[in-house]
Amino acid sequence: MVYKITRKNVLEAVTKEKRLDGRGLLDHRPIEIKFGVSNKAEGSVSVKMGKTEVVCGIKMGVAEPYTDHEGEGTMMTTMELLPLSSPNFEYGAPSVNSVETARIIDRGIRESGFIDFEKLCIKDGEKVWSIFIDLATINDDGNLIDVGALAAILALRTARFPEYDEKTERINFGEFTDKKLPLNEDKMPLTTTFFKLGDKIFVDPTREEEDVAEGRISIEMSKPGKDEMINAMQKGGDASFSAEEIGSIIEEEIKVFKKLNTLVEDELKKEKKGAK
Amino acid sequence: MAYTKRSDERKMNELRPTSAKVGVVPNADGSAMFCQGDTIAIAAVYGPKIFNPKHFQNPEKGVLRVHYNMLSFSVGERIRPGVSRRSQEISKVTEWALTPLVLLDELPGTVIDVHINILQANAGTRCAGINAAAMALAHAGVPMTEMISAVAIGKIDDKIVTDVNKEEEDYEDGEGATDIPMAYLSNSGKITLLQLDGKIQAKRMKEALEAGKEACKKIFEIQKNALKEVE
Repeated sequence: MVYKITRKNVLEAVTKEKRLDGRGLLDHRPIEIKFGVSNKAEGSVSVKMGKTEVVCGIKMGVAEPYTDHEGEGTMMTTMELLPLSSPNFEYGAPSVNSVETARIIDRGIRESGFIDFEKLCIKDGEKVWSIFIDLATINDDGNLIDVGALAAILALRTARFPEYDEKTERINFGEFTDKKLPLNEDKMPLTTTFFKLGDKIFVDPTREEEDVAEGRISIEMSKPGKDEMINAMQKGGDASFSAEEIGSIIEEEIKVFKKLNTLVEDELKKEKKGAK
Repeated sequence: MAYTKRSDERKMNELRPTSAKVGVVPNADGSAMFCQGDTIAIAAVYGPKIFNPKHFQNPEKGVLRVHYNMLSFSVGERIRPGVSRRSQEISKVTEWALTPLVLLDELPGTVIDVHINILQANAGTRCAGINAAAMALAHAGVPMTEMISAVAIGKIDDKIVTDVNKEEEDYEDGEGATDIPMAYLSNSGKITLLQLDGKIQAKRMKEALEAGKEACKKIFEIQKNALKEVE
């Protein structure tokens, strides 16, 4: 439920291209990243964007491969909208919201080729590694798709394999190797969701702005070579977009991608230094 | 070999390194994080609020609901997200631990939701959860008669130890491991959580309860200091 007054205020601000917290339409809130927040996970991170906080933990497992991809590892992404993080989230089966968020994040990672699934094969057709990317909200103030996607990427980048006993064919959980996951770092996907209200487009909404927005388009982009590649898209909400609007959203995304990419690499460099 | 030295070299009556922080969930009315060694619990309180639907309401007093949940990556082998039999039981015993200290008679028709999430698990998660929840309740300004602190006392082989860690919990030599999570109210000194798994001589139970009392006093100081830091 959204109060009419909230809608009016947000709309007025967005129309003037100056948002209620003073940001421009394409500005993000301050981003704060903390690595290693959960030491049983193979990789973990907390990402804060303004007051929104999402944690991601990577867990590895060993499983049978899918019959149509016998030599490849598997991956699964979940997003828990914890009732701890918002009065609007409830217990019970995962809501459409949480399923959609996880699936969007999953698709970008999968389609970009960021993970080298063939290198996750242990024994062809019999045993492969599976990667569980589990996300959970600690505080919800909007933009969970983008914050979750960023957390997933950062957790994957810092994750390392647990020890695997080839004789017993079991994982020694809690014992970590130095071996990083097989990632094609040049294909790393980054996600930005563009929200629409009236004829204005903006990113990184607060919960209030997101609830008022009429529609959104998420773009998952990577840059493996000189061209930016779009790996996944999703239009959500009731609004319609013109082809021109989508064109200009993609133009903007190329800029945002560059900015986020620099931020991610800087944070990872800092993390590496800290680890040494 | 007898258990003469603890796996992490602590004294028998020593807590693990413990820290606490209030206000970790801005959306909540009250929240706190409690770290007991490698165990990290986050608790958030929403309420007191009107209990809807209306037929759930108790016109004579408020209702306290506790939800305990372990994050899927907080343990060695991933656990499926969502409610389990274990988490349901822990939610209930935590509810019974916390209810006596909240002045529910003053809050008819309302509900207080306490959400506990375990970010990182290394034994004693229900105790860390209770410690965090008590702080979150205080932070939310919920009327309470006193505070509560919880700790898991163990008997490892024949030694009574304070604040059992995972390695001790899995100890198998000699008399093995007994795990006794308990919670003490800060003023009245009453016990509102008590569980036990293992085998302990009946005559040694008093010793275990005494160790718990000592440890909970120390935990209470940590909770109090963290709550004082709130602006």
